[in-house]
Amino acid sequence: MADTILKMKSITKEFPGVKALDNVNLEVERGEIHALIGENGAGKSTLMNVLSGTYPVGSYTGEIYYEGELCQFKTLRDSEEKGIVIIHQELALIPLLTIGENMFLGNEIRKKSGSIDWDRTFNEAEKHMKQVGLSESAQTLIKDIGTGKQQLVEIAKAFAKNVKLLILDEPTSSLNDEDAKMLLDLLISFKEEGLTSIIITHKLNEIIYCADKATIIRDGSTIETLVKGVDEFNEDRIIKGMVGREIEDRYPTREHKVSSEVSIEVKDWTVHHPLYPEKIVDNHVSFKAYKGEVVGFSGLQGAGRTELAMSIFGKSYGTDISGSIYINGSQVKLNSPKEAIEKGLAYVTEDRKTNGLILGESICFNTSLAALNKISKNGVIDRNLEQKAAEDMTNEMGTKTPSVNQVIGNLSGGNQQKALLGKWMFTEPDILILDEPTRGIDVGAKYDIYCLINDMVAKGKTVIMISSEMPELLGMCDRIYIMNEGNLVAEVAAAEATQEGIMAEIIHSSK
Amino acid sequence: MANETKAKSQMNVVDFFSKYTMIIALVVVFILFYFLTGGRLLLAQNMSNLLIQNGYVFVMACGMLLCILTGGNIDLSVGSVICMIGGVGAVLINNKGWNPILSIVICLLLGLAAGVWQGFWIGYVRIPPFITTLGGMFIFRGIGRLILDSKTVPVQNETFINIFNSYIKVPGLDDGEIALSPIIVGVLAAAFIIISTITSRAKKAKKGYRQNSIFVDYGKAVVIAAVLIFYCIKLSQYKGISVMILWVAAICLIYNFITSKTVIGRYFYAVGGNEKATKLSGINTNKVYFLAYANMGLLAGLCGLLCLARVGSVNGSTGTSFEMDAIGSCFIGGASAYGGSGSIPGAIIGALLLGTINMGMSIMGIGDSWQYVVKGAVLLVAVIFDVISSRKKGR
Repeated sequence: MADTILKMKSITKEFPGVKALDNVNLEVERGEIHALIGENGAGKSTLMNVLSGTYPVGSYTGEIYYEGELCQFKTLRDSEEKGIVIIHQELALIPLLTIGENMFLGNEIRKKSGSIDWDRTFNEAEKHMKQVGLSESAQTLIKDIGTGKQQLVEIAKAFAKNVKLLILDEPTSSLNDEDAKMLLDLLISFKEEGLTSIIITHKLNEIIYCADKATIIRDGSTIETLVKGVDEFNEDRIIKGMVGREIEDRYPTREHKVSSEVSIEVKDWTVHHPLYPEKIVDNHVSFKAYKGEVVGFSGLQGAGRTELAMSIFGKSYGTDISGSIYINGSQVKLNSPKEAIEKGLAYVTEDRKTNGLILGESICFNTSLAALNKISKNGVIDRNLEQKAAEDMTNEMGTKTPSVNQVIGNLSGGNQQKALLGKWMFTEPDILILDEPTRGIDVGAKYDIYCLINDMVAKGKTVIMISSEMPELLGMCDRIYIMNEGNLVAEVAAAEATQEGIMAEIIHSSK
Repeated sequence: MANETKAKSQMNVVDFFSKYTMIIALVVVFILFYFLTGGRLLLAQNMSNLLIQNGYVFVMACGMLLCILTGGNIDLSVGSVICMIGGVGAVLINNKGWNPILSIVICLLLGLAAGVWQGFWIGYVRIPPFITTLGGMFIFRGIGRLILDSKTVPVQNETFINIFNSYIKVPGLDDGEIALSPIIVGVLAAAFIIISTITSRAKKAKKGYRQNSIFVDYGKAVVIAAVLIFYCIKLSQYKGISVMILWVAAICLIYNFITSKTVIGRYFYAVGGNEKATKLSGINTNKVYFLAYANMGLLAGLCGLLCLARVGSVNGSTGTSFEMDAIGSCFIGGASAYGGSGSIPGAIIGALLLGTINMGMSIMGIGDSWQYVVKGAVLLVAVIFDVISSRKKGR
């Protein structure tokens, strides 16, 4: 009989307005590597946060059985005591502390007197480091070792916590191929020693390489579990499971009237990471967009799409940026968002709370912020004109609010998004860059935003849409660029594209 | 500004109290000290001195508010800049016998230079404001002492004193027991407030813009007008209008205009509210920080002159911990310690509250030590109240 270590039964988790998980089931056997796959936002991370107690018992419905007993974790600590350790995509290490200090952070080894026993700490640390094949001194600072080794420190840290079930969220996303392969081999060797792991990854080749089973999650529900050796277990089969959703009639129709005039063209655009300048985020990307066209950018997280958009928008991201931008045929230099706005660009961020809105201020304040010159004279703001402008934009966008003086943080996500769009529409852009314009908002608000996009292009403007929702891109765009790992890997006409086709392009371009 | 826009939505009693908490607190404190001092608080001389003694606090608070708006950042160097500028002014006018007007201009420029120095490091090199201004606090204090040669330097130049600290005497009006010019000024100012409320409502009605309720608009105007007239009557009973009060009033009005009505004022709120979003909206956030601190230097320079004129001399410890009064006023007046919210009227009320407590306790003969305890407690209570009430609103 199979020895089930973990059984998650009918897990449902709701966030305000969104059902992130809907009746999800997951069963993991002792000593296997179980892959969890799904598109961005499918609910993989939410599920793991439920398991680890990051979302405490009571905030979700359903039951978790671990080692045969019902678990009710209130905090991360509760689950760690049982030997469930989760390693997040963004490593939770403190750069200015040593490896040893990091490994025992919050779990310090003490002497009887209560002070920390550093000798034992570093000794224990090095013992666990040896287990994962990391040959460094435990007194090395985290910042002095590479990301690959940092990942190993995280795993060694898990061993220090007596791990029985190891969960890795995108462990190889920041590693190069060599380090990634080493990590996977390490996981396989742990498996032989009896460790169970759950691995969340986008890289299907890794799953084929190391996983015994793969559970596919789509739109917050479990679709199927494929077992190596029993089911068909290859990339095409998994892709089919991931995107098998039908495109319904969720997109307003429009006449496709793409002009032959190019409105923006970007050539050889290369961007380096702002903190790690040796890392290339966008690698010689060239693309163009016509007037009256909706151009989509597809790709997985970390493909470099947001970075591309932001770096074009007045160098708002990255360092050591090279390449050239042509707007309406003439070359332009955009050194600040101000210059970009003046040239008719608008960038609507994917992260409206951090990069888009001033949550504590009113709709009115936010609407005028990027175009204060339109409502002021000699530097003095005309409050009445501002109020009027905000009311106009609110009506145009269909934002639901009692008044434009409402504090924007009090609106629902969909209405915030509309207000944010209103802010940028008020700058009267010719080229509107939308980054995940429908993330985290309900279906009705999505439809409204699609209609606004159609209005824009009907007026002969250009819309560039970055989205991780493939059906949305297929439903809305004229053309789709596909990016992966900083490279532009393909260009397809939306009419001819399929979800499987796009996913296959992405997967096959991963090395 | 943020508060004002919020007021335009419907108000109820709870909103009224939470919005005007500090005004209510000020009134309560006033009444309390009125009784504790046996009515002496409201004597004409005390009322006049309330503004004159605290004049520099109002001026500094205006500058400090801009710094705080950018993200709860403060300027610790203000007291030292006051010492340095006061020292330069005293030495130029007294020891060197320079023209007082020229000396004033030099002093203001020097204050601005001190601000530009700090603003450059904070805005363009992104040195944390706390560190930069802590450095400034030591540097400018030291320079001040060097200039003063560790002595106390007095200033008796009449022109200089007249510009900053004299009482206005209009021949024919102010010769009697009761000066008439303050009453005339008070009535004119009150009339101006009422009339501008009427015209602004009329303009809005004509263009079909949304109106505040009549009750709120006129209620506010009438209360402000009444307080103005009352205060001017008090002034008329004691020496008339002080030039210092005119300086303070002018600075407060200018900065209220800047923060509530201008594009540049809007930037301070935006940066404090969400710097990233502000930057992506095409606003040069470095410049905003720079301006806040450069401006603070200029106002600190002005304060140095005001203090010099008021006290009549400068020494090496002039201005010590003055910055704390300004910072306290802003926070008591509802400025957020995280930036992005606060107003000049709020800062003025905060300064008045601190000033009233000081004066009331002094009249009662309670020593310095207790005044510190009470001031500290008021600051803490005000901010605790602010934090808790905004938490309830779920922000």
